[in-house]
Amino acid sequence: MTDRRAASIELSRVTKQYGSVTAVRDVSFTIAAGSLVTLLGPSGCGKTTTLRLIAGLETVTSGRIRLGGDDVTALGATERNVSMVFQSYALFPHMSVLDNVAYGPRVGGQSHRRATESARAALAGVGLAELADRLPSELSGGQQQRVAIARALVLEPRVLLFDEPLSNLDARLRRQMREEIRALQQRLGITVVYVTHDQEEALGVSDRIIVMNHAVVAQEGPPRDLYESPDDVFVAGFMGEANRVKGVLQRLDDRTGRVTIGGLTRTLPHRGLADGAVDVAIRPEAILIVGQPTDGALRGTVKRAAYLGSRMEYSIASEIGELFVTSPAVDTPLAPGATVALTLTGHGITLIRP
Amino acid sequence: MRDALRRWAVGWGLVGCAALALLPWYATSDGAGPGKLQLLVPGLTLLAALALRNLPSRLGRSVLGLRLMVLGGGGFIYIAAQGWALGGQPGMGLGAAVVATSLLMLFAIGLAARGFFKGDVFVAGAVVAVTVLVGLFTFYPVARILLGAVQGSDGSVSGGALAERLLAAKIWRIDCLTGGRSCGVGWNTLVLALLTATTTTALGLAFALVVTRTGFKAKRLLRVLTILPIITPPFVIGLGLILIFGRSGLVNQLMEWAFAVEPSRWIYGLPGVWLAQTFSFTPVAFLVLIGVVEGVSPSLEEASQTLRADRWQTFRRVSLPLMRPGLANAFLVGFIESIADFGNPIVLGGNFGVLSTEVFFSIVGAQLDQGRAAALGVLLLALALVAFFVQRRVVGGKNYTAISGKGDGGRPAPLPPFVRRLAFGVALPWAVLTLSIYGLALAGGFVETWGRDYTPTLRHYVKAFSVEWSQTGIIWSGSAWRSFWTTLELASVAAPLTAALGILTAYLLVRQRFVGRAAFEFATMLSFAIPGTVIGVSYILAFNVPPIELTGTGTILVVCFVFRNMPVGLRAGVAAMSQIDPSLDEASRTLGGRSLATLRRVILPLLRPAVVAALVYSFVRAMTTVSAVIFLVSADYDMATTYIIHRVLNGDYGVAIAYSSVLIVLMLAAIGLIQLLVGERRLRRAAPALTPLPAGPTA
Repeated sequence: MTDRRAASIELSRVTKQYGSVTAVRDVSFTIAAGSLVTLLGPSGCGKTTTLRLIAGLETVTSGRIRLGGDDVTALGATERNVSMVFQSYALFPHMSVLDNVAYGPRVGGQSHRRATESARAALAGVGLAELADRLPSELSGGQQQRVAIARALVLEPRVLLFDEPLSNLDARLRRQMREEIRALQQRLGITVVYVTHDQEEALGVSDRIIVMNHAVVAQEGPPRDLYESPDDVFVAGFMGEANRVKGVLQRLDDRTGRVTIGGLTRTLPHRGLADGAVDVAIRPEAILIVGQPTDGALRGTVKRAAYLGSRMEYSIASEIGELFVTSPAVDTPLAPGATVALTLTGHGITLIRP
Repeated sequence: MRDALRRWAVGWGLVGCAALALLPWYATSDGAGPGKLQLLVPGLTLLAALALRNLPSRLGRSVLGLRLMVLGGGGFIYIAAQGWALGGQPGMGLGAAVVATSLLMLFAIGLAARGFFKGDVFVAGAVVAVTVLVGLFTFYPVARILLGAVQGSDGSVSGGALAERLLAAKIWRIDCLTGGRSCGVGWNTLVLALLTATTTTALGLAFALVVTRTGFKAKRLLRVLTILPIITPPFVIGLGLILIFGRSGLVNQLMEWAFAVEPSRWIYGLPGVWLAQTFSFTPVAFLVLIGVVEGVSPSLEEASQTLRADRWQTFRRVSLPLMRPGLANAFLVGFIESIADFGNPIVLGGNFGVLSTEVFFSIVGAQLDQGRAAALGVLLLALALVAFFVQRRVVGGKNYTAISGKGDGGRPAPLPPFVRRLAFGVALPWAVLTLSIYGLALAGGFVETWGRDYTPTLRHYVKAFSVEWSQTGIIWSGSAWRSFWTTLELASVAAPLTAALGILTAYLLVRQRFVGRAAFEFATMLSFAIPGTVIGVSYILAFNVPPIELTGTGTILVVCFVFRNMPVGLRAGVAAMSQIDPSLDEASRTLGGRSLATLRRVILPLLRPAVVAALVYSFVRAMTTVSAVIFLVSADYDMATTYIIHRVLNGDYGVAIAYSSVLIVLMLAAIGLIQLLVGERRLRRAAPALTPLPAGPTA
């Protein structure tokens, strides 16, 4: 039954309804074997339900799910050879750390001795061998997280699922755990599906990101694509701060077009949009504050300024609307009321569908 | 998986065949009966089910499932139908029961094979089993009592018979208003229930306020009060009241001695029963209202005070309105307890009859009118159900206190001085009175004859519990031993069954989602509401005749205990299971644990306190209940409580009191012992840190 190879995951036209509420609507995607893919979206978007459907904890209302090419739609969680790390870790509070990790092999019918051996090996793998006899309540949050991962890995699953694994950790530990999870995934070469609502976490850990909103997939792609060329307003806003401004498009060829924003002109991929008025998303760091008004620069007035240690955040009233701008120049802050000139960098500007 | 399914099917098929061949089909002494031919059908059904093993696997689960469902379901319906349709058969025996069970399980496996219950055989089997059991032992008897109520004395069904019985003058006359002797039992029941509900709610609130909102030192002692009604047989209060206020009670004797006042009999009737019920059920209201008062978030009261409201305004405009649904709930609980109460009215009622006692007298008294008993039972049931539904609405509707689950700090506001004095002034004397009634009731067992001769004696204990040694061994020569051992035996059999059924049902309700779950929940909850007297009568009507003939056996008492007390285990299980993070189950499932393994290794160990509570409670309730069992006891199976009731009705108070005291002590010992045995392991380990999470998907 145990198959050591990582498995691909394929959802085709999957829908899940609870009564009249549709939690997941007609979702299709493929996750390549051995990759780490993030399901990203706001709460209530259907990402956790999608994860639970892959795990077999929920049954689809319609559609099919394949793991490694096998149709597992009708199988329950017990039969799918998929492991999951829960948001609350779900460590059995009445069992020791070792018993928790040995649980899977035990209920799978292995002898007590063999189950304990593989559990000890798995615990050593996450660096917790010496805590085997503790109870989960005697561990710190990060240690509990590692136990949960060891418990999931001991069965050598073909797919490992993470449901918001870092949400119960404090900020510093979060980055460390994120890197550990990524390192572990690459060392073992398993397929990992990772649910989070934190775009920075998603950007930092994933091979690909699937953004979900209102029960459907909003956009799918590598992290850089999603950040730099979001398809629509929602993705642009969810993948980080974005200024949404009006522009005018004039197509140049079958790929690019000239976009005029205020007095500025840039050549951008036209993404199939028609000539005329378009929406443009501009990342806050894509707007540069230049000292003196020059030709082709936007003029603006600083409304509010905030010092955030590593950068300054400004709200600037300009002729194309109020803009949110970040600047690394913390040593030369601008005061509210100052007049500034603005120009645009080459990256972080994209046309979006309304 | 497919093979596991087939293994289950073959297993149950073999069990059924073995039972058919080896166990007596009928419950007669030799197991034989007419109509061996009828057994051919279940036999063939089982063989056909076994043959399904050879069904080619390409036909798949769905076909296998459908065939199993048809065979199992059909076979079961056949057994039931021929049992009820063909007269002249003796009652069904062990063989029939096992064969019917295996057919039902085949049906459940079929359901699972067709994808119901997520294909889980264990869950499918458990749901089918619980449904059939609750149907057979709760709803079938209730249906029989409804039928009994509309059947005329000649057995014909007519609405006229019901109308005539329900509108009888004896139930609804209002003579007492116009100076006549007494009112109908219907009015009596209603008036008594309203009075009792009012006083228990008021007293319960006073107690709850004293315990939770004042710096009262002896809170522990007041909490003890809440345990008393659980461990006392329901007529002990009545006995205590007779010893104080009865014709030869302390008060009357004092009045006669001091003022030469003629001894009065006022305690026998409405005032006495009301007083006894108030004593008996105030602790119940107290228990309900502690939770309500504690549930009022202190931060709301603090907010009120920062908005310049004084203590009285805060109490009047914030705290009290927040408690209102809880107060309504306590009132309805008191109402339901009162109409279902049998022990107090039968001891103290005298000429003041209520529905529960009237049901009893029409079936065991000189009248022996089953139709009338059934009609009165239906009336009682209707009253209880109405109160039950209103209560469910109240509790389900606006439960303010449950909104803020997070304990936001802050200290509860102190009570306004007036409310504080009132609460103390009411609660403390009442607590003293309650304890002294218990004290007197127990002391009554150690004197010659209460009211005439107060010489200390152990005579009553010797009479009830004497033991002699002879060459052949111990002779239990006391008059109470027989019923004592019977009670102990039946309660010990019933307690684990009750706990198991209750916890299993709780697991299905909290942790499984399946078609018909709402109806399933409704049915199990409904059996809460049925008064014991109604259950007693309906069991007589339902199980006195074949095909299920149980009256006069110990089995019917055990069955009665299990289904009467199962809701308690259910409630404990539901409450505890809702506290366990559902992702623990899910973690177990993704790790390869099937539902049975998950239940056994993860959920049950975490439910240990609830299991203990269910065990203790069902054991104790089996020992102390009167209302239902008084209909079901027989010469061979007499119970402690019914034995005591009969002693009381004969005026033999000494033995009754001695026996009651022994029961109370025994109950305390039982609670302690079970705690020790089952709770031991939990003490060694740190309390589990459970994270309550809302059920269902979150993102």
